[in-house]
Amino acid sequence: MDLLEYQGKQLFARHEIPVPSGIPARTVDEAVAAADQIGYPCVVKAQVKIGGRGKAGGVKVAANADEAREHAEAILGMDIKGFTVHELWIEEASEIEAEYYAAIVFDRSARAALVMLSTQGGMDIEQVSAETPEAIATLHVDPLLGFQPFEARRLAFDAGIDADLIRPIGDFLTRLYETFIAEEAMLVEVNPVIITPERKVRALDSKVTLDENALFRHKENAALRDPSDEDPQEQMARDRGLTYVKLDGDIGILGNGAGLVMSTLDVVAQYGGSPANFLDAGGGSKADAITSAVEVICSNEKVKAVLFNIFGGITRCDEVANGLIEAFASAKPSVPFVVRLDGTNDVEGRKILADANLPGVYTASTMNDAAEKVVALAKGESL
Amino acid sequence: MSVLVGTDTRLCVSGITGSEGSFHSLNNRAYGTNVVSGVTPGKGGQDVDGIPVFNTFHAAVEASEANTAMIFVPPPFAADSILEAADAGIGTIIAITEGIPAHEELRVYTQIKRMPGVRLIGPNCPGVLSPGKANVGIIPASFFKEGNVGVMSRSGTLTYQIGNELAQKGFGNSSIVGLGGDPIPGTSFVDVLELFENDDQTELIVMSGEIGGDAEEVAAEYIAEHVTKPVVGYIAGFTAPPGKTMGHAGAIVSGSKGTAAAKAEALEAKGVRVGRTPTQVAEIAIEILGG
Repeated sequence: MDLLEYQGKQLFARHEIPVPSGIPARTVDEAVAAADQIGYPCVVKAQVKIGGRGKAGGVKVAANADEAREHAEAILGMDIKGFTVHELWIEEASEIEAEYYAAIVFDRSARAALVMLSTQGGMDIEQVSAETPEAIATLHVDPLLGFQPFEARRLAFDAGIDADLIRPIGDFLTRLYETFIAEEAMLVEVNPVIITPERKVRALDSKVTLDENALFRHKENAALRDPSDEDPQEQMARDRGLTYVKLDGDIGILGNGAGLVMSTLDVVAQYGGSPANFLDAGGGSKADAITSAVEVICSNEKVKAVLFNIFGGITRCDEVANGLIEAFASAKPSVPFVVRLDGTNDVEGRKILADANLPGVYTASTMNDAAEKVVALAKGESL
Repeated sequence: MSVLVGTDTRLCVSGITGSEGSFHSLNNRAYGTNVVSGVTPGKGGQDVDGIPVFNTFHAAVEASEANTAMIFVPPPFAADSILEAADAGIGTIIAITEGIPAHEELRVYTQIKRMPGVRLIGPNCPGVLSPGKANVGIIPASFFKEGNVGVMSRSGTLTYQIGNELAQKGFGNSSIVGLGGDPIPGTSFVDVLELFENDDQTELIVMSGEIGGDAEEVAAEYIAEHVTKPVVGYIAGFTAPPGKTMGHAGAIVSGSKGTAAAKAEALEAKGVRVGRTPTQVAEIAIEILGG
């Protein structure tokens, strides 16, 4: 789960990482009141989960209340790379002498946390990484030992940090690592880390991604989830315990097991079709899960045909067939379905479907056959 | 032979008194797996259809000489259970549990790697089946028979799909190994490639990968250097959009890394044939083995 800048900074503050003070605002009036409280000059910052806000005009300095109002009006509701600005962060203005970059990422390939530090902050770090990779000092942390002070010093020296800042930057990195571990983050990134004229170190920005699997023991963080962030169908699926990802096409897909569903999307694409979604009904798909899945898939108006691809292991094909009959009774879908049932109790499942004789439901014997049929149906061809 | 589980497997199940745990333990036993004990803290002294339950792995190992563990407890307790099994001297630990927090998984992985003779399979995996010998986990064994094709996969149901396609063409399996869909699996393609390469029964290796991470790319390098048996590949997720998690926590494409196309290319560059559909994987297998 990604956090907004200010949510990340509040997390940092809990772990004693120095951040400029600020107040979140959802309306223009709230923004002006916040700015008055913080004092001028202050910065009005769009809160969206995407980089490049500054270039898009989403970060502005206000010298007085009129400017704060003007900026808040302009930025609230602004579209930044497809993300609408619903929230602002009004922050005290910082004096900047230098801009650094610091990040810790969960590096699955190396099976360790990767700590990164660079004096080339404030700009696109991917560009720095591509053009001058030596400008970024990196180090993997032993997961059982944790981040050691000598490692922080080594990184700081390697990055070419000024001598008087070696210790403060080391402390900063140590606290960032503490945050990464304590909050169970997959990424904590600060770009820029600023050095003030008084030679103080501060986090001027934050990018934090948390591990969804660990949210059960971080209630405060779990509460930061914003339902308005999500696509309505994805939200509906989450509420019903299904794994659903919306795609651009017109063929609804349901399967059991993530790998099989991914494979089904690929096979449909190979037959010239375009999947409308990924939906994993889970390892032990029961009848009510199937009903929910049909409702979620068909709530996407672009869907012209639906493919059910089930290979029963724990999942029983007769349960899936009964679920489909219930779904047809309650949701009354108006698009054709192609159903392929294989695996546990497949004979029973196919018989239940044949006996029910549901309108617009076609069966297929293999995955390829099913894909071919659903693609034809989505194109309006008859079988 | 077979790999990881077989006739000498002595299984102890953590979470054996739970509904899923008991169901699958008894299923595994019915298949012929030697299920010798279970662990549920606080329920020591009870039994599950004759299988004795102990409070700790240490007690279970001492009393039942278990050499293999299956972890079936919920995510908040699974990492602890894996470490307990390892500490009690169990050599092969198969973790079915889905949803273990990433940081815990990383610490467990690191610790297990430092313990000689201990191997973790999973978490978030369907287990390991050696047809005709033993089944540890949730793989529906009735679809598979004994044979010469070794299968390893990051996905459960996709394994069944591919295994079934092979079975329909008349092939059986030495072992079917579910590696799991998590970001840090305890056992990787490379580890199982080594086992299959040294297994007499295995004549062909099928590896079923998916988007995310670099396990397939690393495997491609390893195959070129160390594997003499033919390998057929499959990669799921050609149509997956970047930045979206496709069900498995490990299946996410970030930037240009970890795409299905890049993985297929890496394998093909090392001479591994990659089927574009599960059906094609079976067809390539026939060509190679002469079905």
